[in-house]
Amino acid sequence: MKIAKRVEQLAPSGIRAFFDLVLGMKDVISLGVGEPDFITPWQIREKAISSLEKGYTSYTSNKGMPELRREINTFLGQRYGLSYDYNEEILITVGVSEGLDLAFRAILNPGDKVLIHDPCYVSYAPVVTLAGGEAVMIKTDLSTGFKLTPKVIEAYCTKGVKALMINYPCNPTGTSYTKKELQAIAQIVHKHDLIVISDEVYDELTYDFDHTPFASLKGMKERTIYLNGFSKAYAMTGFRLGWAAGPAEIIAGMTKIHQYTMLCASITAQMAALEALKTGFKDIAIMKREYHRRRNYIVGALNDLGLPCHMPQGAFYVFPSIKKTGMKSMDFAKGLLQSQKVALVPGSAFGENLDDFIRISYASSYDNLKEAIARIKEYLKENRHGKKTKR
Amino acid sequence: MDDILEILANDARVTPHEIAKMTRRKAADIKKAIKKYEDDGTIIKYKAVLDLDKTRGQSSFVRALIEVNITPQKDVGFDNVAERIYSFTEVTSCYLVSGAYDLLVIVEGANIHTVSNFVASKLSSMEGVQRTSTHFLLKKYKEDGQILKKVNSRKRLAISY
Repeated sequence: MKIAKRVEQLAPSGIRAFFDLVLGMKDVISLGVGEPDFITPWQIREKAISSLEKGYTSYTSNKGMPELRREINTFLGQRYGLSYDYNEEILITVGVSEGLDLAFRAILNPGDKVLIHDPCYVSYAPVVTLAGGEAVMIKTDLSTGFKLTPKVIEAYCTKGVKALMINYPCNPTGTSYTKKELQAIAQIVHKHDLIVISDEVYDELTYDFDHTPFASLKGMKERTIYLNGFSKAYAMTGFRLGWAAGPAEIIAGMTKIHQYTMLCASITAQMAALEALKTGFKDIAIMKREYHRRRNYIVGALNDLGLPCHMPQGAFYVFPSIKKTGMKSMDFAKGLLQSQKVALVPGSAFGENLDDFIRISYASSYDNLKEAIARIKEYLKENRHGKKTKR
Repeated sequence: MDDILEILANDARVTPHEIAKMTRRKAADIKKAIKKYEDDGTIIKYKAVLDLDKTRGQSSFVRALIEVNITPQKDVGFDNVAERIYSFTEVTSCYLVSGAYDLLVIVEGANIHTVSNFVASKLSSMEGVQRTSTHFLLKKYKEDGQILKKVNSRKRLAISY
């Protein structure tokens, strides 16, 4: 039995075997987790429970509960001065992951190109491919703190480029952009008539400046598919809830696909999300302060260990270089796991050209981070001797 | 609240050097700031938070919340009587509150008798104390923001994108 060519051709995930290795091991300190270490705040969980008790167990409107869409719109207005028609321009999705899939399927014709910064989250390129498009990766590096610059984007704006995919704060690099930097990018977007798909799921975790939604920039709302969700800000990953806001025409297209493939997001999750928007701000503030301190600590500690690491502006990831060790990222990660029981994600998981990097998630308690740093130090010492003989 | 205070209030073992890393300041400045907080009484002391139920084998004790009605005195109000009460070492906490009674006094003792004796012989007989009502504490669920039950570790995957 043969599977479809486009699926067969998706890059196989060599990382799967490593993940299985980690999952099979006990007492591992994990810096490899892509979700908050906080539990969903109690009032949000309580709301989900009580909605079940009251019998809210049905489908909702395809687009999602109107109350939730309205609340999202109100929130965007208060927070960022953005205003959408919540009936026509907002769609509730099953996480940002579904939003991405819908966005690409709604806008891409066969062969349309999508520019994506590299490194980026693992799903972007495959989802573009599955939607019949062509992912064009724009390499960024440590020298710019993995930032896209207008100049570089413009160099890639050739015939057939329809959209720019941007994620900030970024998984895996933690990189984000100031309003000024985004404005410069917006000019290129305008000049080349691109659609922007902006994944801003880590927006609440921005530490050094205020987050600016791409859609809030002048002239960008009508060409931006703004994706966000509840997973990171409210520690609600397991609820699988996100939303997309954008031009009515595109949202209508996305809704068509959504209604045939997903029908609607879970009503329990939507109920919980409504509570999150109303009362979750206090919890966000506490989480953010905590992550901010951990970021400062881990970046300082890694640089002290001689693993060069830029200061990420957001999310809960750091992306240090391990070039000095002379090891490939997978070997580094496997060795660290086996010798010191510390798990992290090798850079190669995010692309072949990222073999000199590792992704460390600081969504782990401070005590864990401290212990992990001590173990990495030990591991580096072990390998300082091995390196010479190896190479 | 100053970052330093928030960090220490949550975990007093974090060293000045570590706080310096977390806040991107100099360790010497952190040390100086902590010294200042200690000197001016902002930081009163450092101690471990214990689940006293677990120490029972080592030294049993009971705790009671006592509502105390007192007659306010001219000029000083409740303060003098309060001072006479909170100076006893048996008293671990003492609050002036609004409502049906005046002072909420928390008392600890080796057993129910020591606490009862304290209430009978020291507290209720004190001048200015009109009435007391003692509630022995049966079980602690949460204290100072800390849930005392050890929660099962979460089922978060050890690795994910």
